[in-house]
Amino acid sequence: MSRERKLISMQRRRARTGYLFILPFIIGFILFMARPLIQSLIMSLNDVVMVPGQGYTMTWKGLDNYHIAMGADPYFNARLVEEIGRMATNTIATLVLSFVIAVILNQDFKGRTLARAIFFLPVILSSGVLPGIEKQNEFYDMMAGVAQSVENASGVNISAALQDLLQVSGVGSGVFDVIFQMIDAIYDIVMASGIQIIIFLTGLQAISPSLYEAADVEGCTAWESFWKITFPMVSPLLLVNCIYTIVDFFMKNDNRVMERISTVMYSDAKFGVASAMSWIYFAVALAFILISSFIISRAVKSAQ
Amino acid sequence: MSKNNTVYIGKNKSFWDRNRRSGGYLLKRRAIQVTISVVRALLIFGLCFMIVQPLLTRLSMSIMQEKDLYDSTIILLPRNVTLDNYRIVAELTDLKTIGGGWHFNALLNTLWVSVLVSIFQIVSTTLVAYGFARYNFPLKKFWFALVIALIIIPPQTIQSALYMNFANFDVLRIFTLFGADAEGLTFGQRLMSLLDGTGTGLIKLLSGQTWNLRANVSAYLIMCMTCMGLKDGLYIYMMRQYFQGIPTSLEEAAYVDGCGTMHTFVRIMLPDALPTIASCFLFSFVWQWTDIFYARLFLPSSAISLYSTQMSSMVTKMGRYFSADASKAVVVPNGRQLQLIAIAVLICAIPLIILYIFTQRTFVESLAMSGSKE
Repeated sequence: MSRERKLISMQRRRARTGYLFILPFIIGFILFMARPLIQSLIMSLNDVVMVPGQGYTMTWKGLDNYHIAMGADPYFNARLVEEIGRMATNTIATLVLSFVIAVILNQDFKGRTLARAIFFLPVILSSGVLPGIEKQNEFYDMMAGVAQSVENASGVNISAALQDLLQVSGVGSGVFDVIFQMIDAIYDIVMASGIQIIIFLTGLQAISPSLYEAADVEGCTAWESFWKITFPMVSPLLLVNCIYTIVDFFMKNDNRVMERISTVMYSDAKFGVASAMSWIYFAVALAFILISSFIISRAVKSAQ
Repeated sequence: MSKNNTVYIGKNKSFWDRNRRSGGYLLKRRAIQVTISVVRALLIFGLCFMIVQPLLTRLSMSIMQEKDLYDSTIILLPRNVTLDNYRIVAELTDLKTIGGGWHFNALLNTLWVSVLVSIFQIVSTTLVAYGFARYNFPLKKFWFALVIALIIIPPQTIQSALYMNFANFDVLRIFTLFGADAEGLTFGQRLMSLLDGTGTGLIKLLSGQTWNLRANVSAYLIMCMTCMGLKDGLYIYMMRQYFQGIPTSLEEAAYVDGCGTMHTFVRIMLPDALPTIASCFLFSFVWQWTDIFYARLFLPSSAISLYSTQMSSMVTKMGRYFSADASKAVVVPNGRQLQLIAIAVLICAIPLIILYIFTQRTFVESLAMSGSKE
């Protein structure tokens, strides 16, 4: 009896210690995440005016801010659609590319360490202010546009030429549009896939070599053992990577929706509209994460 | 019993001989191997080149004189070398007073802010991760789901609310409910003030004004202390993953020998987890170094000049800088603008690349360790 009680009190004590350890997170989440979330939801339904030193006042406007964000704002809508399209293609391309690169980097060849170091470099080089800084420059946009049209006119643009060729040969153009969009964005994609490569690589290294030996003895070709061993073993990481890629994409600094939200907030001081925009944005991101994780977890299950 | 009847592939036989004996199989295999390694080498080299090439282009561009930029015969190698561009960028990004000496203010500020922020972040996330990995408590799953939510929720969603909170900082905003500053408000509105953050708090009640914490680094440090800094959810997740992989027997032995909780944590667990902690620290440092989101939110350039914020406002400053008359801005040519931005990017990235070269193992391998426990 007393022993049992001792056990229970021991458990309770451990539970208390556990709570002490995660206390910073609980406080932080309630104060700096949950509360601001509620606040920003309320702000998105109000007209917010800042009074320096005195706080801010709100007047109820209902869904007006959402109407402004979706209807009246000249940029938000268009950029949102554009970014979603870009994200969908980029996510797929990032997953495929990082998987292929991870498989290659897992093989033995000369200069592997150097190659790994270089492929991981984008984690540093494409964070924070660095990727956006050149695109923030509106002249740059203009110049890129000019360069594009010059390329098109002179026929230097290889991917466009190939595209024409394939379209003439009667292949469905919709699919190729997407693929060529990916090829044109390959730099962005490589720069965004550092962490994903590492995650896949760790998954590959966790596969026991004896599995491959056994398959080899049984007469499996490398191609077969790739699809029967490598892919099923690594496929759970697809989900992790997919979510990471989407989240990363949505939070990137060169994202033009975010840029717009920042402008509305800091330059125009329309806090209500900015909140409404970020909520729309968040809802879209969440929907994407849910849909893709549903699809991928289904696919992974059927692959195993 | 002649040896000729047995299929013997000896070392003294030539490749072609062996190939003939294997019925062409050997040649086929060798050809496939060579093709694969050639394709692989091309792919790896091409992609690596793509990553490194912008850096090299920027380097060569950074030492060109302005007229070289417009000379279409010059692509990579500058004809007229100058280091003057670096001086201009330094003056634009607060590394040097205009016409005066170098003081590196922006970079030094970035350095100490990044180190401080990373230390706060890593200390708190390590504690939290350990709590999640080793203790059982009610609602554990719920709290961990919130950690995942923390990774997924874009901080942009709460951007405006955080801005408001810290620009008008106050604690315990409940006094509106009890009648302070509440003339003309209905009871419903007073109740609402508990939620929307407009209520009067302790600080305003006592001093008549709210505090503007955006002016110094304290607001952000408070956030980091409570695991709400840049990508803290990810660090918690990574370290929890690692802690879970460490066998419990060591800790149990320590407990049996009479070690307290904190003592066990500091003496037994921390040394074991040091590589992962180090890599999280490096990530945190690097991402903080280039961060613009929290920098803009909490550390406006009027308060602390950080390199990232200086960099992002560089383009707007250029017009003023190049005009003879300080009140009028001139239009700076695009090529020149891009060149100066490229130099700013280089100045920002070079310390990180040097750091990365020395700590590459920590970066890549400890991440590998935390990942393999999945």
